[in-house]
Amino acid sequence: MLRVLQNLDRRWIFLAMLLAVTVPVVAQKAIPEKPTRLVQDAFNVIENLPDGSNVLISLDYEPSTEGELAPMTKALTRHCGLKHHKMFFMTLWPGGIPLIEKNIATILEGELADLKLAYGTDYLNLGFNAGREVAVIVMGTDFKKMFPADNDKVPLDDPTLPMAHDVENLQDMALIIDVSAGYPGMKEWIQYGASPHHIKMVVASTAVQAPQAFPYYPNQLTGILAAIKGAAEYEAALAVTYPRYRDPKYQEAIRRMAPQLWAHLLVIGLIVLGNGVYLAERRRGARP
Amino acid sequence: MKRETLVWTVLFVAGGLFLVQRAAFTERGMGKVYVIDERVNPKVEEDKRVHFVESRPDPGNERVMVSYPRTVGLWLAAFFTLAIFSFLYRDNVFFKIAESVMVGVSAGWAMASPGFWDTLVPKLAAKLAPDTIREWALPRMEPAEPSLVYLVPLALGIMLLWRLAPRGGWIARWPLAFIVGTFAGIKLTNYLDADFVNQIRSTIIPLVVFAQSGQLDFWGSLRNVGLVFGVLACLTYFFFSLEHRGIAGRVARIGVWYLMITFGASFAFTVMGRVALLASRISFLFDDWLWLIDPSGKRS
Repeated sequence: MLRVLQNLDRRWIFLAMLLAVTVPVVAQKAIPEKPTRLVQDAFNVIENLPDGSNVLISLDYEPSTEGELAPMTKALTRHCGLKHHKMFFMTLWPGGIPLIEKNIATILEGELADLKLAYGTDYLNLGFNAGREVAVIVMGTDFKKMFPADNDKVPLDDPTLPMAHDVENLQDMALIIDVSAGYPGMKEWIQYGASPHHIKMVVASTAVQAPQAFPYYPNQLTGILAAIKGAAEYEAALAVTYPRYRDPKYQEAIRRMAPQLWAHLLVIGLIVLGNGVYLAERRRGARP
Repeated sequence: MKRETLVWTVLFVAGGLFLVQRAAFTERGMGKVYVIDERVNPKVEEDKRVHFVESRPDPGNERVMVSYPRTVGLWLAAFFTLAIFSFLYRDNVFFKIAESVMVGVSAGWAMASPGFWDTLVPKLAAKLAPDTIREWALPRMEPAEPSLVYLVPLALGIMLLWRLAPRGGWIARWPLAFIVGTFAGIKLTNYLDADFVNQIRSTIIPLVVFAQSGQLDFWGSLRNVGLVFGVLACLTYFFFSLEHRGIAGRVARIGVWYLMITFGASFAFTVMGRVALLASRISFLFDDWLWLIDPSGKRS
């Protein structure tokens, strides 16, 4: 047995991982989630803002991390839409433009079509702007210098975009939401946007980046959605306040937690097994 | 034929037959994208333009139709997903194709879209020759006078590209020095505020916490003590002017434990992230492509 484990082809582990993830995806069994303080604080800040507040939503990711971040984007957009906040979508990543368009089409124009949210009045797609942290710095003093027009090159002073008329700088935003996959993203928004101008900020980050966000909570970040678990907890918080979101078809992140459970059990089992094999080898004198 | 080749051939043929059978001979089918036409500007009667948005299959609605370009895109996405996964077995021609396409498309797109259309045209050319650019590329751009100050970034950009020339590569050092200098200045001030002063402020917290009722909050106190002690222990570990012996050594040792726990948490988060991405691709294959599941009610 020990010899088999010592010489185990790693492809068996890949196969085991594939099964650990695939079976729960196909079985579609959901695990109940309860929001933790980090996520509940993020939910509360959006919920407690007066209806129609200006919210800047920067989707700083590309399709490579969409699987992890899209559920967070959807949940946050749903919540802002339900509260009729004025949403200014933008991205510091060039690949983020189609993701903004997809999010608007799916949530604001699809799922929340009954709310009759209008482009230019309730939400705006500012698109991509090159410049990384410099873009954030300039927006801090002169918003329209960085974004003179929306993604379709319509000037922000155009009568069809009334929600942008009174926006002069970042301080006109009641909240910044950054959905972040790396640089430029969360850190740049904290360092150059939220922290110097004392603006409330919520971060939804990839798992890899999440540990970097924790030191900023609660003084510089109001709430954090860390990885797919954060998205699942946010969906749970949304379902508590808004009954329509108790329908499992809106709980994409919660569905993804069952594969997480089985994959993590497998990883824990493999770590224990690997250490067991190592100790057994050492006992037999094969290793120092 | 080698045994392994035979196994793979059987697997491919069986997989192909399964796909053909599901796509052509079952009532539900698979791997199709349906769209419906929508008016671009429904408020203006004269504006008859339409665009197509994704829709659920609806045999009773004539406006709902299969979009062949989007269907091809879906199948390509499925093929490339499987081609990338095939590397887990071993390197092969399908993985190489997927990898090369990914690199080529990304590089081309980065140059054309964000590089040229989102940066060079609106941020440089439009400032230097606004009328020409409005006529050629940005018809909705507001009229403006040429801004000659933008000749400076144009010159710096040309100097930066000079390093590709066979001679005079040193010219690129001037714009590089400008970039390094400005970024160092920008980073320093804001980093000091957000990551230094504010982080120190975050550790100035009460070690004994009382609840609003006046009772001692044991867990809150423990959390704050752990946080402050952890910061001091980690700083002690990185304080090399003092030999790590005696009390300093023991505190530094605890600092190492804090760091190890942090690295462990980072690793666990990384596992969670990778599993989330895998689950997302598996979900795409079984839901959007094979139509074996429909958790979000896209087709029902």
